[in-house]
Amino acid sequence: MNFIENISAFQNIIYIVSSILFITGIKMLGKEDTAVKGNFLSALAMFTAVAITLIDIVNPLLVIIGISIGAVIGSLIALKVKMTSIPEMVALFNGFGGLATFFIAWSEFYSIPDNTFQYVLVMITTYIGGVTFSGSIIAYGKLSEKLKIQKTSLITKFLTTIFYASLIYLLYAVFISKIFVPSFDFYTILLILTLLGGIGFVIPIGGGDMPVVISLLNSFSGIAAAFAGLLLLNNVLIVAGSLVGASGLILTIIMAKAMNRSIGNILFVGYASSSSGNKSEETGEVKPISVSDAYLILENSSSVLIIPGYGMAVAQAQHVVRELGELLEANGTEVKYGIHPVAGRMPGHMNVLLAEANVPYDVLVEPDDVNPTMDTVDVAVVIGANDVVNPSATEEPGSPIYGMPIIEVHNARTVFVLKRSMSSGFAGVQNPLFFKENTRMLFGDAKDSIGGLVSEFKD
Amino acid sequence: MEIYVLLGFVLILSIYLGLELISKVPSTLHTPLMSGANAISGIALVGALVLNSDTHLQEILALLAITFASINVFGGYLVTNRMLKMFKKK
Repeated sequence: MNFIENISAFQNIIYIVSSILFITGIKMLGKEDTAVKGNFLSALAMFTAVAITLIDIVNPLLVIIGISIGAVIGSLIALKVKMTSIPEMVALFNGFGGLATFFIAWSEFYSIPDNTFQYVLVMITTYIGGVTFSGSIIAYGKLSEKLKIQKTSLITKFLTTIFYASLIYLLYAVFISKIFVPSFDFYTILLILTLLGGIGFVIPIGGGDMPVVISLLNSFSGIAAAFAGLLLLNNVLIVAGSLVGASGLILTIIMAKAMNRSIGNILFVGYASSSSGNKSEETGEVKPISVSDAYLILENSSSVLIIPGYGMAVAQAQHVVRELGELLEANGTEVKYGIHPVAGRMPGHMNVLLAEANVPYDVLVEPDDVNPTMDTVDVAVVIGANDVVNPSATEEPGSPIYGMPIIEVHNARTVFVLKRSMSSGFAGVQNPLFFKENTRMLFGDAKDSIGGLVSEFKD
Repeated sequence: MEIYVLLGFVLILSIYLGLELISKVPSTLHTPLMSGANAISGIALVGALVLNSDTHLQEILALLAITFASINVFGGYLVTNRMLKMFKKK
């Protein structure tokens, strides 16, 4: 065995060590008590894999420049970003991972040997990497509310068409371009169509479906890395990439289940066309309540369930909510937070917001835990949530959201709904909860309303 | 060809392992898991490091791949750590 082979064998052994660290790391990341350690282990795995690769590189200057720039930019973003901007941050980083694999595949296109399998891998890796990148950038734009575009607008329809066209072109690149070598620069066209296709893939998907898209893009970025591993014959890329692909897929499935919809329906159909249109007219009227009356009821209740939704994130009300929770507890009331898996714009969005406001995670409960005992809850306070508490999901078989698991607040003794106006939620479905006998509407900005309750408690 | 069968085997087993390992994750950890997994996908950095740079274009592509993968790695791990530090038990 000569020296070069020795190095490569040694690297491969270390890659195995790194893979084991990645596997242990991601396993520990899935449990509350070990999550911090798990993240550390996975960072250690990354460091090991990168360090052992560095002993044998051709162009050190290039590597030093690239890693330094990346380290500075990445660290700055990560340390400066506000916790409320986490969803878009994750989308952005995800896009950069996809972009890196896109460039890897692009570069490999110019050095592939005459091997059909590798040729096909270059095309597929280019596509997944590129779609992950441009799709994540659009998701970033939507989450940070920098990008506002109508689902029905002409440009959306055009880009959606481009997405389907890009898929067909990928098939062409994979199956035909190798056999009948085209006279035009077909690969450059693939690069462009891929990036446009990623935009067209995400752009028609609405805000409330974002948790699914983000999880799916997360999965894609891992699969892209795993394919790049196949391309470069690199084990650690395959293992680490597959783990990410799997974890993203699990989150995607959890989110889709929480909406009782198939992934295909979320990605390609949306709510608008799934609604059958036989909306039942609501009877009865809404009963508004004032802050001081709400305070009197809360003061006399012994158990309160708070259900936050995207509205709480928009109003930035998590800190006042925590304050209210603490005052209620000081008053002898049991306070819990009911968290629906798809509340907000990304998986676990509410959990992060409440953690930022110092709410301990063990008072957060999931729908299955809280629904059976809902009738013992004195007051359910719904803050900027709508579809996830809509009783149509359990009572009205014609409703587009029928079958979706919800937090059944309508079974609580009293329900307060904090809301800006009577507009319907993301799904565009009227919410019969607002007309129920035991529901009181507290209109206005959530932050102001809760702030009012807090000051009533303090007086 | 044999090597691809072997690596494909690694791919399938790893995905299966991942699905088994993470199948029951509490919703508190959905965001950190996603962000942590995202940092792991920065493993593309290792791939970027071994790219050929025979032509000028390949040199640029390698530099860009290294830079963006590094942003993903550093940013991803730091932001996950920041997030996890906020989660407290009562």
